[in-house]
Order: sequence, then structure tokens, then C-alpha cells
Amino acid sequence: MCTLEKRGRLFLLKLTGDGEHRLNPTLLDNIRSAITQIRSDPSSSQSVLITTSDGKFFSNGYDLALAASDPPLRAVMAAKLQSLVADLISLPMPTIAAVTGHASAAGFLLAMSHDYILMRRDRGFLYMSELDIELVLPAWFMSMIRMKVVSPAAKRDVALTAEKITADRGLEMGIVDSSHGSAGETVEAAVKLGEEIVRRGADGHVYGRMRETLLREVLHAIGSNESASNGVRNSGSKFWSSSWRTSTWSAFLLLPRCVGRSARF
Amino acid sequence: MCTLEKRGQLFLLKLTGNGEHRLNPTLLDNLRSAITQIRSDPSSSRSLLITTSDGKFFSNGYDLALAESDPSLRVVMDSKLRSLVADLISLPMPTIAAVTGHASAAGFVLAMSHDYVLMRRDRGFLYMSELDIELVIPAWFVAVIRMKIGSPAARRDVMLTAEKVTAERGLEMGIVDSSYGSAAETIEAAIKLGEEIVRRGVDGYVYGRMRETLLKQVLHTIGSNESASNRMRNSGSKL
Repeated sequence: MCTLEKRGRLFLLKLTGDGEHRLNPTLLDNIRSAITQIRSDPSSSQSVLITTSDGKFFSNGYDLALAASDPPLRAVMAAKLQSLVADLISLPMPTIAAVTGHASAAGFLLAMSHDYILMRRDRGFLYMSELDIELVLPAWFMSMIRMKVVSPAAKRDVALTAEKITADRGLEMGIVDSSHGSAGETVEAAVKLGEEIVRRGADGHVYGRMRETLLREVLHAIGSNESASNGVRNSGSKFWSSSWRTSTWSAFLLLPRCVGRSARF
Repeated sequence: MCTLEKRGQLFLLKLTGNGEHRLNPTLLDNLRSAITQIRSDPSSSRSLLITTSDGKFFSNGYDLALAESDPSLRVVMDSKLRSLVADLISLPMPTIAAVTGHASAAGFVLAMSHDYVLMRRDRGFLYMSELDIELVIPAWFVAVIRMKIGSPAARRDVMLTAEKVTAERGLEMGIVDSSYGSAAETIEAAIKLGEEIVRRGVDGYVYGRMRETLLKQVLHTIGSNESASNRMRNSGSKL
């Protein structure tokens, strides 16, 4: 599911295997375990975390198929991801996402939860897929988008047009810090950047507190109860009755194309 | 005052006549009526709104002359515009402002309340005129400015220097999405963009909810009571 490796002062967290790295409860627990391990390492205040993945996907988002078979798991996954992102925001070390595959929806959000995004430009894209699969983005996702995507037009394009963002478009939008020719080059560059940052010798605990303050709106949105914005409006012919509003993702069951859409890479 | 037309899946809302399209209570009511009509159209979740105007002005802002003759109307106009903008923010369809004339103060805010701003480059400007007429910009206008204008320097130039922003300058600042050679070309482009967006087949209700979430800070500020910043200084000769 994921592995944690230490190279000098760099922690390398990798989502393993050739699958979509869907953020199901198990993977989320594994990643959170890895973060806990990182925090308890004695040298952590002088380290850097690099998150990357095997295969074609960074992460294709929540496990929607799992949520379809067991709707309460939707809230479980959301809670675990919120917890993980809050953990990343308060992590006492700089973080780099080496995006070597597609990052969609919650997967895109996971990438944005890092201080730096390095991405391969030969393949893959960042994609807030929710509009295309008729889900409303949670308010806390929107808060992250507002913090990490600067220009109003780019915010609109990410949230309201579900654009498939290549590395170079990501550079223009300011979401991606640098782009690289291949997966291998991206990871290499992340390692190089990590080593540069470590050399500066900043105190990780101070760094983490700074980042929390900078991203306090996101932490606030994560902490607040916002099930109201997770509802999906019933447009009649498409969905079951509006009494299903509480279960955000039950709606796509009637539309095979919804599940197919995010899998179609 | 304003007309509403439907062309295929596009709603065309036009501020009519050659005047300044001052946002007085009557025009604001007409606009809100038109929005209500749009919402109740059965195909609205697969549609798009384009707002434009006749003549030399998109809108020159609130009807200050009217407010001078009857100060209680100032609050009425502010309240009606807040309601209209909140309506536009929750509208279950994408929105395009085809700015074919000057848009000042409340008129500039009205333009910015759309998802896309297309503007003619041969004439006309966007202008936060308040500084020049010694009015303080209401906090909710500032919330719109903050959401729609990203760079700190651009925000300063718009609010604190009352810059007359041409289409080209608007492009640089990120307020304007694209510019055109004439009023007609601007409207044509808005229609073309509208048709493109509609072709993507997005669900308008989901889109509207997303926009509300994206602009929640603006909605919050619109909803809050902040009469302190709405004071109007009367500078006589300018108005």
C-alpha cells in the first residue's frame, strides 16, 4: 500500500503498486501510520518528506466503488483524509509531492497538501473531477484550492471547469513548482530539492508552526462541520429521491459513466 | 430597463437603452425578476447566462442622484444589489458578462459577479470610482474584489488609485478573461464561449453549489451587517 524509506535526512513515502492508489480507509490508515513514524523519528526536525507513487497514478481519489457498496465508509474516508491533511499541514518539516502520475479529486488534494509540487510533464494530469461526476466539492477542498491556486481565473478553472491540468498548465497556474521529463527525473529533482532545503538548516518545529499559521483557513475548514455542503442536489431524472442527500456518493450508482469517468485513463 | 431573451440554451440578459443603466431600485428589481425567470425555466440546469448592455455604459453604478434626493434609498439599492449578487453566485449555470461599455463602482461589481468577463478593447473601462467621489467602498464590494482580483498590486490599483481599467489592463490584472475589437465582437465571443461551455454538459445545480462554496467568503460578507462602511460623504460638485 505504501512504504516509508529514509535516505539521509529525506523521508520517502511511496504509494506502491500499479493500481490507482484510491484513498480507501486502509491506505489512509497506512499513510497516517507512516506520518506518525516520521514524527517520532529523533532527527525529524531537520528532515524533509517526499511523497511519490509507483505506476500510472499518484492517486485517483477516494474509493468511490467502496463507498457505493458501503455508504458509511464515505464519511470514514473523508474523516481520515481530513486528519491526514491536517497532519501534513502541521508536519514539522518541509514536504514535497513528486507527482509522477494522475492525481484526481482527493488525490489532487493530497498533492496540494504538500509545500512543493514537482510533476512529470510527459504524461499525467491534475484533475478536480467532481464536477464531471456530479459531486460537489467539500468546503475544505475549496479552501485548499483557494490557498494553493492563486489567480481567480485559475481557481474557477480548477473548481468549476474540471480542467485536466498538465504539468505545464500547472506551472502557469502556479500549482506546480517545476516540471520534469519523466517520472525518474521528477523523483530525482525532488530528492535534489529536498537536500537543498535540508542544507538550509531550518528548524522543523518552527517551520511546521509557520505553515499552520499560513494555512490556518484550511485547518479551520477541516475542523468545521460542513456536511451541509456535501449534499448533492437532486435533478430528478438523474438521481434517486432527494432523501438520499445525506449520502453524497450514492447518486452515481445510477450512472455507470460516473465511476467509469475517473477510471478512464 | 432590461430584456431577457433565450437563444438555444443561452439566456441573454440585456440592460437596455442608451442611458447609464444606473442601478436604481427599479432596474435592480427588473434584473432580479429576470434571474427568477431564468431559475424557473425547466432547462436551466443545462443553460448559461450572458449579461450585456446597450450603448456607452454597462452600468455606471448606483443611482447617486436618486440617493441624494432620498437618502433612505441608498440602503434600499445596496440591499437589492446584495440580493442580486448573491443570486448570481448561487445561479445554477455558468455566467458571462459581455462588457461592451463602462462599468463603474456597483456596475463594476455587477460585472465581476459573473464567472467570465469578456470586454471590448476599443472603448470603455472598468472603474472603482468611489475614491474619486469620496465614498468608501463597502466591505462586501471589497470581498468581491479580493476574490476576483488576485494580485495585491492590482487590488491596490483598482481600489486605492481608482484606476480606469481598460480591457488590456484588465487582462493583465486577470479581471478580464478576453478582449475584442468591438461591442458586437464581444457579444459574439460571449455566445461562442457560452455554446462551448454548454456543450460540455455540466449539471448546473452542481456547478452553482461549487461556485457558492468557492465564493463563500463573498456570500458571508454580503450577508453581514456592515452599515459603518456604507457612509456616504456628500461632495456636492462631483455628483
